[in-house]
Amino acid sequence: MTALADDARPRLARGVRLQEDKARGGFVLLAPERVLHANGTAVEVLRLCDGERTVAALVDELAARFGANRERIAAEVAALLTDLAAKRMVEL
Amino acid sequence: MTIAPPRLAPPLGLLAELTHRCPLACPYCSNPLDLERRSSELDTATWLRVFDEAAALGVLQLHLSGGEPASRPDLVALVGGAAKAGLYTNLITSGIGLDRARLDALAAAGLDHVQLSVQHVREDEADRIAGYRGAHAKKRVFAREVATAGLSLTINAVIHRANIDAVEALVAEAVTLGARRIEVAHAQYYGWGLKNRAALMPTAAQAAAARASVERLREELRGAIVIDYVAADHFGRFPKPCMSGWGRRSLNVNPAGRVLPCHAAETIPGLNFWNVQDRSLKEIWEQSPAFNAFRGTDWMREPCASCDRREIDFGGCRCQALALTGDAANTDPVCVYSPARALIAAAVEEAQGGAADLVYRRYQPAPAA
Repeated sequence: MTALADDARPRLARGVRLQEDKARGGFVLLAPERVLHANGTAVEVLRLCDGERTVAALVDELAARFGANRERIAAEVAALLTDLAAKRMVEL
Repeated sequence: MTIAPPRLAPPLGLLAELTHRCPLACPYCSNPLDLERRSSELDTATWLRVFDEAAALGVLQLHLSGGEPASRPDLVALVGGAAKAGLYTNLITSGIGLDRARLDALAAAGLDHVQLSVQHVREDEADRIAGYRGAHAKKRVFAREVATAGLSLTINAVIHRANIDAVEALVAEAVTLGARRIEVAHAQYYGWGLKNRAALMPTAAQAAAARASVERLREELRGAIVIDYVAADHFGRFPKPCMSGWGRRSLNVNPAGRVLPCHAAETIPGLNFWNVQDRSLKEIWEQSPAFNAFRGTDWMREPCASCDRREIDFGGCRCQALALTGDAANTDPVCVYSPARALIAAAVEEAQGGAADLVYRRYQPAPAA
């Protein structure tokens, strides 16, 4: 698995959508033949994956917003984005 | 005292068979032997209503299929309506009959994803399997245009005896064509596939080699392409969880508007399929006798009824149980616990006799007046 570079600018791959699931509640990540339930943290991270922000900026923003430990957030972000990149749902 | 039944979960996916018309004639086509004609196809307004009802019911993904969906002149309008309803739209196509202008119009209308069938890596073989000269060259051009239009691409390769030894080359071709995902799916033996089983069934050794190749390539190409694999269930110990359970996650609407739990459900005698022209999709999903016939586990007989796997594979496939044992309520004979398991071994053996001619998917001649 590739490490996540701080200056990567993640974005959802073409053909992947984050969408509210009105019938069941919550949010889902929709991709070819895949429906993944996105938990609260994942939704916050993915909303910031706009291809403009760097990973470092994204982590700073989340750490500030939630007043949480930066290292812990960085680890969570890295785990989520590397997993989704391997599934070709996020482009780094 | 009455106890309320458990709430039925809404479906996740809807497969819309917009038409059965198709330029290709693949001998494993999932369409029924008795193809719907153009004159019985639903009109644009009805399809758009179905898409709105699907989204309201909880469907997240819409698969626009056929036949060849591009045979419908209103395809762009249908995609636009589905996207407006909030559905994730997946176009399942042969790539024939979609020029660049129409592809751009589909992208602009909100199409999310394109799934392109590929029959082989060698042009002559690919065209022979598809029953259409020049198909493969057209598909290659189309795949490039999908990429240029900025759309996401999956290659779908149905594998069988005539192309299974090229599985690694098919994956390599998908990477070259710019696909982010490839679906390597063994032919399923219903309808046209069952008619052609003797020509399509691979050997056990070929199926094992294909599986090993896929597992190795998955690791090697991790991050480059996602490989989904639909196993050859004749060589497994347990049946596939067909449709993830009957009437549990998805529904099919056929070109004439009949709503089916799966592609082949109409082969099962005695089932009453409701039509979107008469009722809402919600009413059909919740109350149609065909959907309730094999929903859950109450319909099961032994060995399924008391089996630990009854909610893992849901008894396997009803259509396969019917096709091979004569009764759709039996355990899928692929299962090692099925008393009819010997039928599977016999089917595999029968297919090893050598080459059989392909019966191409075609409209049956109209009955004589």
